[in-house]
Amino acid sequence: MDEKLKNELSKQGIFTTTLQNLYNWGRTNSIWPLNFGLACCAIEMIATTMARYDMARFGAEVFRPSPRQADLMIVAGTVTKKMAPLVVRLYNQMPEPKYVISMGACAISGGPFKQGYNVLKGIDRFIPVDIYIPGCPPRPEALLDAFMELQKKIDEQTLTGEKRPRHLNAGEPSEFVVPRYGAHDLEPTKNPNLWKAPLVQISQAGTDESGSH
Amino acid sequence: MNLEAIKSEIEANVPGCRLELVANPSPSGQHSLRTGAEHAVAVAVYLRDAEDLRFDFCSNVTGIDWPSREVSQKVKVRKLVDGVEQEVEEVRKTALPGTLEVVYHLFSVEKKHGPISLRMSTIDRDANVHLPSLTPVWRSAELQEREIFDLFGVVFDGHPDLRRLLMWPDFTDHPMRRDYVDPDDYEYEPTAHDEVLRRAQQHRSEADEEHPGEAGER
Amino acid sequence: MSTATHPTAHFDLQPTDGPGKEQLLELSMGPQHPSTHGVFRMKVVLDGERVVRLKPVFGYLHRNHEKIAESETYLGSMPYTDRLDYMCSITNNWAYALAVEKLAGIQVPERAEYLRVITGELTRLQNHACLIGFLMQDMGSSGTPLMYAFREREKILDLFESLTGARMMCNYMRFGGCRVDLPAGWLDQAKKVVADFPRFLDEYEQLLVSNEILMDRTQDVGVLSRELAVSAGISGPMARASGVDYDIRKVDRYSIYDRFTFRVPLGSHGDVYDRFMVRLLEMRESVSILEQAMRDIPSGPIVDPKMKIRGFRPKPGEAYGRIEAPKGELGFYLVSDGSPNPYRYRVRPPSLINLTVLEDLCVGRNVADIVAILGSIDIVLGEVDR
Ligand code: SF4
Repeated sequence: MDEKLKNELSKQGIFTTTLQNLYNWGRTNSIWPLNFGLACCAIEMIATTMARYDMARFGAEVFRPSPRQADLMIVAGTVTKKMAPLVVRLYNQMPEPKYVISMGACAISGGPFKQGYNVLKGIDRFIPVDIYIPGCPPRPEALLDAFMELQKKIDEQTLTGEKRPRHLNAGEPSEFVVPRYGAHDLEPTKNPNLWKAPLVQISQAGTDESGSH
Repeated sequence: MNLEAIKSEIEANVPGCRLELVANPSPSGQHSLRTGAEHAVAVAVYLRDAEDLRFDFCSNVTGIDWPSREVSQKVKVRKLVDGVEQEVEEVRKTALPGTLEVVYHLFSVEKKHGPISLRMSTIDRDANVHLPSLTPVWRSAELQEREIFDLFGVVFDGHPDLRRLLMWPDFTDHPMRRDYVDPDDYEYEPTAHDEVLRRAQQHRSEADEEHPGEAGER
Repeated sequence: MSTATHPTAHFDLQPTDGPGKEQLLELSMGPQHPSTHGVFRMKVVLDGERVVRLKPVFGYLHRNHEKIAESETYLGSMPYTDRLDYMCSITNNWAYALAVEKLAGIQVPERAEYLRVITGELTRLQNHACLIGFLMQDMGSSGTPLMYAFREREKILDLFESLTGARMMCNYMRFGGCRVDLPAGWLDQAKKVVADFPRFLDEYEQLLVSNEILMDRTQDVGVLSRELAVSAGISGPMARASGVDYDIRKVDRYSIYDRFTFRVPLGSHGDVYDRFMVRLLEMRESVSILEQAMRDIPSGPIVDPKMKIRGFRPKPGEAYGRIEAPKGELGFYLVSDGSPNPYRYRVRPPSLINLTVLEDLCVGRNVADIVAILGSIDIVLGEVDR
């Protein structure tokens, strides 16, 4: 529709929109996160919802205790191997369209606890992540920023074509494999369709001994 | 509190019991008593109930893994060297068998004194890892002994509910032991050196297999 | 030995459990549950609404703190202690620093002791305020008390941030002192926050203390006897609510707590309401300690000048150091073999040990009471599972 005509009509009290805009407008402004905290980062997540930072301004204060009613999973904290299957199951239980914010160093890569035998080195080994927020813990402002990024991302999605959300693409999986507890580790240790070891450049640090602490 | 006095008091009151006083060279001066497994419960009950001791608060239970190790000591011995008796230094090696040790830190809420530490050791680290549970004496040991069972593999006889505490039930290892090898699943430190470099290179070749055709720079 | 202090064995409810058991329902609460304060799980057997058995399941946040510490230097573990009880990073630092100071025989200068007391008591204030907020939230008062608590917490976090650079993970203590001295104007700002704090307490008390619903839901719920509290190693406000007169600040007289006058509030019933009240009263005492400390703080160095950070290797030996953290007795047990890393590094987690009696408190009560009882124990999963 012609922008000029649209403006003209709106001055007369007639609002026009497209289905896509309406759909995205609704989705961006009422993101309901899952009420689910894992570790220290969850405290900052709670602080974000409280008076000073007030996440309600973004239409996202309705934390739902049940995954069936949530659109957004904020993975706030360290995902341990014991917890990982449950996180994946919760994600599978959420209705589409759904999004994931990986909050904090731990959820991204294991963070300070990377050497831990029971720590999953990043939740993106098992579920797709939309926004990563670095920090240990990220400040509430960082979470708000991630929120606005997510809103932008949702707003850019279309109902058809290349940029349609995952659930409108028949080829994309709607469920992800839930790892089992093994004798020494999770089985499988990652979802190979989702996560591949990144190609990094290895520089020879040589005989640098100052590197160890 | 004088640990010597406590030691002789317990030895006098628990029949057949011999305690060892383990000195602690650190400035903290927290010495401890070592008891054998067979008298442990009786010693614990005495420590808890004796009028002047009343260690009713078992604060902390710790497991420590001591793998078998060699301690070398230099000793001077007289020996015949080339027909002449001389004093020579010899290095003597004593092989200490591996044990799992459990330390209980006790306080008294009633008398407001403490801590004293009570230690026990298993016979070895593989087959004979049984120790008596002190949970019937101090309830606070319940979860902590379960944790030690989980992470070190000490089996506490007499514990009412001995299951893994932190890891899942099907897990078979004891990760807090010194010789535990953790799953090799972290990698690619950009500041690679030594061991991390080796790991990163190994993971790099795995990554190359996963990304066929995307030959990155090495 | 009274039967009350006896833990029960493990159970797995079988469908074949036979007559009389058909009524029972096994319920898994958590690890994703709005009232479990993180990833805590309980297996509960119910007869109707009544709890018959309850077993906590731990380990969903087991981050291998103790194992990692064995491959870190002594100082390298300091930031990890922040993440134990992540509501109270400063008191965690303190307990660890105290244990290392015992291990290596390090003295702390006077000003540093005052800084420790000031930051430590501020930590206690925000912890207790938030705990009460969470407790009320769990019992259904959605928002208001928690919002009030977080409003106060933000003020204290502002102080921490301008002092240490971080809101939550302060990493403030060093062996033999503190990391940085107070920035200009900090003390005045802190005095103002502390002076305002009683207003918030009045508000809280007015809102909650004689609230009909609160009293109904908490009085005579989850009663913990004095004997069981001592035998089960319960510490902190939870033990004091059961009438155990044991405050490590008074007993050990660590740091400079013998210079301040403060009272130790004790409960007499040991129920949820007493645990709530003890914390409320403790905040008043903390305010008074803070006032005294901020009045008397001397000038001087903030770290022992003889202390060398690089190449810090305590002599072989061991030490157990403990403090009265907001949750209870937080202790660190360190074994040194003379190398730069501790041979064994053990945390005595008050949150975990206070959970020992969870089943005893919940059996016979309704499901909704579990939530109130768990909330009143004050756990943080980072410390429970480490
Ligand atoms: S990133 Fe840091 S603050 Fe967040 S969960 Fe991990 S350790 Fe805690």
